[in-house]
Amino acid sequence: MTDLHSFRATTRAWLEENCPETMRQPMSEADVCWGGRKWVFQSEDQRLWLDRMATRGWTVPEWPQAYGGGGLSGDEAGILKEEMSRINARPPLQSFGIWMLGPALLEFGTEEQKRHYLPKIARGEIRWCQGYSEPGAGSDLAGLQTKGVDCGSHFEVTGQKIWTSYADQADWIFCLVRTEPDAPKHKGISFLLFDMTSAGVSTQPIQLISGASPFCETFFDQVEVPADQIVGARGNGWTIAKYLLTHEREMIGSSDAALFGSEDVVEVAKDAIGLNALSQLDDPLLRAKIADFLVDEAAFDAELARAQDWMRAGNQLGVQSATLKYTGTELNKRRQELIMEVSGLDALEWDFAQAASDEKASLWLRSKANSIEGGTSEVMLSILSKAVLELG
Amino acid sequence: MVRDMAAGFLEKNAPVSALRNLRDRADSQGYDTSVYTDMAGMGWTGMMSSEDVGGLDLGAGVAGLVAEEMGRRLSAAPFLSSAVMAATMARACNAVEISAKIASGNAVVAVAFDEVSKHRPDKVSTKAEVSGNGFVLSGSKRFVSDAVGADAVLVTAMTDQGLGVFLVDPKLRGVVTNQVSTVDSRNAASMDFNQVVLGGDTLIAQGSEAESALALTLRVGRSVAASEMVGLSKEVAERTNAYLRDRKQFGVALAQFQALQHRAADLYTQIQTTEAITSAALAAFDANHEDAERLSRVAKAKANKTASLAVREAVQMHGGIGMTDAIDIGLFMKKARACIEYLGDDSCHAEWLLQDRGL
Repeated sequence: MTDLHSFRATTRAWLEENCPETMRQPMSEADVCWGGRKWVFQSEDQRLWLDRMATRGWTVPEWPQAYGGGGLSGDEAGILKEEMSRINARPPLQSFGIWMLGPALLEFGTEEQKRHYLPKIARGEIRWCQGYSEPGAGSDLAGLQTKGVDCGSHFEVTGQKIWTSYADQADWIFCLVRTEPDAPKHKGISFLLFDMTSAGVSTQPIQLISGASPFCETFFDQVEVPADQIVGARGNGWTIAKYLLTHEREMIGSSDAALFGSEDVVEVAKDAIGLNALSQLDDPLLRAKIADFLVDEAAFDAELARAQDWMRAGNQLGVQSATLKYTGTELNKRRQELIMEVSGLDALEWDFAQAASDEKASLWLRSKANSIEGGTSEVMLSILSKAVLELG
Repeated sequence: MVRDMAAGFLEKNAPVSALRNLRDRADSQGYDTSVYTDMAGMGWTGMMSSEDVGGLDLGAGVAGLVAEEMGRRLSAAPFLSSAVMAATMARACNAVEISAKIASGNAVVAVAFDEVSKHRPDKVSTKAEVSGNGFVLSGSKRFVSDAVGADAVLVTAMTDQGLGVFLVDPKLRGVVTNQVSTVDSRNAASMDFNQVVLGGDTLIAQGSEAESALALTLRVGRSVAASEMVGLSKEVAERTNAYLRDRKQFGVALAQFQALQHRAADLYTQIQTTEAITSAALAAFDANHEDAERLSRVAKAKANKTASLAVREAVQMHGGIGMTDAIDIGLFMKKARACIEYLGDDSCHAEWLLQDRGL
């Protein structure tokens, strides 16, 4: 206990000294530091903050020090998190490498792979993207068809991925390919890592109904992937993919508001519609809709807080992440619908080609994807009905 | 541990079949006194009372666990009315003598606050006019839970110095307790107070003290009632899911149909979030948190919505058998309806939320 006490004191002092003032300001999506070869730091402070944190291994506080991590215990990492939020310190680095590939490598990678890949993730030197979904394999991910032909010294990868977020910015990809075309669909998948500059890789951004997006289509035409860049055994990729998806779902409880939204319907309504002589929103039916929303919003907030407490206590969310995902994303769709409704004609003024991502119409349209990406609402309900309710 | 103990006791002594029996024999009290005596023996009647008066001071969080298990079994007992709400009100008014009786289970005390068909505890027409050293009480209250056979009733009435809380002996001349047969087969009465002569010591709180005692009572009532509804919702959902697994149509179990799976799963998520907000409300009450009032209202509103959904889905998914009195699903639907109305429906609390936000 005293050890934790002194850890808190030294951490607090170190953060005070080393976190630049501009890195203690509220951040928007545009201020995220993603790292990677192509990364252009938005400020000297952003570079300095990443460098200082990475040197201590605190971009990935709980990873072993041998792989670039901080080697902190869960309790210590919790304290670091608390102390960072105490001064509103921004995360020095965010990446799919930290959230997804890292944990998978720690679990399934060889010692060489861990030593080779993890420190580069921790320092933000290599930015990763995820090659999972395909045009013909969305909810039914295990039906993926991108081919990986084992040629001995290398795999030859041919096929197409879709919804690869930031593929155009990423340096490397972790990618699911079918190496055993004749095996049952879950048994024939392998987990490969390769450089996005490899010959035969091309990407193309996807324009969403909400405007520009980080999503891309990614094409592989006979891409040569060295044989030692497979994680786990050939045909064992689905196990890794599932582990990683579980990890992604665990992230849901701690993820920031992106998927669940945080805009305050009440404030928008006051602003847009105004109050009548009774100091009530001058639109009784809309007011009633907002009231109903507020009840569900507050209940979801309690559920999210409960999940976060549960995780802070060192537990896994497990299948409860499906409850959060389903409830939070469906709620956000309602939130954005309501915001459009209370904003009326004003919110219709929107330029598809020029729209910023935080404009009302952009958020409204983008929110429709919340209940599709990362597992559709229908998939979440199926998970719950089978795993919890034992139906079907 | 409290939960397991409560579940074990209630399963044996106050299961759904006990409520059915009470209904079928038109029991005027609507609960079995010996069950309440046993509850008192286990300390349940003193959960909300201070140790000075012989209570256990366990708080709303623990009372919520008991209420949830009662909700699962539709257990009939004046737990919410007397052991939770009256106890909280008596405690807030520093009414030591009656607090001790409530805590020991020696007295069942009802709380009378509603006067019109919807929950409007701030609309008080009942009047207590000063007369000599005491008061004359006149007016009427509706849907006083567990008033039939109660040893005392805590009554809100307007005085010349604002709201008052009176401890009224129902045997006094001029007090008429009209038992009401309700949809949920529980103990409820409308009460008339016809020029009831009260001693000065029956006024146990007045003015802002009375206001805050009432607020506290309704707050704990809402949160514990929400727990009861969480229990009810869980039970009725579980019974429905069991039925879906069991019942075969078109040659397969109903549980095979995705249309039903998804509805059942959606209900499950609603129950989860309701449980979360209810726990938060109970904890906030016990901590006297500044957000306790809002949380109790959200909890009640959400519990209303969820219980309503749960029982409607239960009847529909059970199909024809769900409409029959032979199985218990209908009893859950009836209890849910009464729970929703008692202490405020979702609109009532959503309206408060809006006003709280300045909308």
